[in-house]
Amino acid sequence: MLNSVDPWLNEIGVTAQVRSPTDLSASEKSVSSATNLDEFIAGARTCLPATVASAPFGLLFGALAIENGFSIFETCLMSLTVFAGASQMVGLELFGQKVAPWLIVVSIFAVNFRHVLYSASLGRRISHWPLWQQALSFFVLADPPYAEAERRAEQGKRITFAWYSGVGAMLYVCWQIETLLGAIFGSLLPNKQALGIDFLLPIYFLGLVMGFRKRPRWLPIVLVSAAASMLAYRLVGSPWHVSIGALAGIVLAAALPLQEAKDETP
Amino acid sequence: MSVNVWIILAAAVATYLTRIGGHLVLSRFPRIHPRVQAGLDAVPAAVLTTLVAPAALTAGPAEFTALLVAALVALRLGLMPMFLAGAVTLILLRQVMS
Repeated sequence: MLNSVDPWLNEIGVTAQVRSPTDLSASEKSVSSATNLDEFIAGARTCLPATVASAPFGLLFGALAIENGFSIFETCLMSLTVFAGASQMVGLELFGQKVAPWLIVVSIFAVNFRHVLYSASLGRRISHWPLWQQALSFFVLADPPYAEAERRAEQGKRITFAWYSGVGAMLYVCWQIETLLGAIFGSLLPNKQALGIDFLLPIYFLGLVMGFRKRPRWLPIVLVSAAASMLAYRLVGSPWHVSIGALAGIVLAAALPLQEAKDETP
Repeated sequence: MSVNVWIILAAAVATYLTRIGGHLVLSRFPRIHPRVQAGLDAVPAAVLTTLVAPAALTAGPAEFTALLVAALVALRLGLMPMFLAGAVTLILLRQVMS
């Protein structure tokens, strides 16, 4: 079975990675012996908690979209092309209120604005990849792929396109399936409150935050971001609390006296 | 095509712009200032915190306990055990409390 998958991976160019020898540090050499298929599977496996945590939202989005008058085609089109759960929900909310089209687009842009930060941060690590691989990687740059990539970098492992594809494909394909299932069977969805599915993502995100606790100035950054986002949530409202809270923590990190931090990026 | 389809496609373009925008801007600079570097290293903790904090703000006892249990488990174990511990705590407490 493994042999039958490998040519496919070759075909889409997963194995065609050319790296300069300089970006193979000592800790990375142990990883490079793994095949691309191993890396792809490892990536998919890494993304399992995120996939479980976001699954209810995929179903919910599909169900709510139909309820709000979307066709199944429009519902799936949105998941296929936008691929950003929270913003898709916000979009739906506004579609239902007969808001001006440009305002819906601007709102979705606002909810997704945090991706600018992900993009700047991840870009440093993948800028040596071929352009089409970068373009594709940024397309699936939702919260989990970004966080998992940062986690991997922190573990001193190299972020390969094969591994990142595994993360992205797992999340992307499951998101599409959930959307479709939700759209078709949405009316049968049980009481989501009792099952706790509305609170799974915060738990998952908290785990990710905890995972970065070895980084310099982690505690002050988290405290400032938390306080600023809660304040903004009350005073300004969602979704601006995300950008405002994040910027507060980032500005703090940039403004504090520079530490002689070990640099993980080449 | 319906208006909905056009809105969806425009939203997709806007979203993709946010996902490449940061990199496009940053890659124009040959050198990254150490302070920018420090800021970028803070991105995961800073952004992900803002996705949790407001939820904690509106959380009831069951939700709050689940976050606490998850945070404690995360000190010792990996992401999957902490996620399961938090989820199980949440579901059990909600069954008991409702």
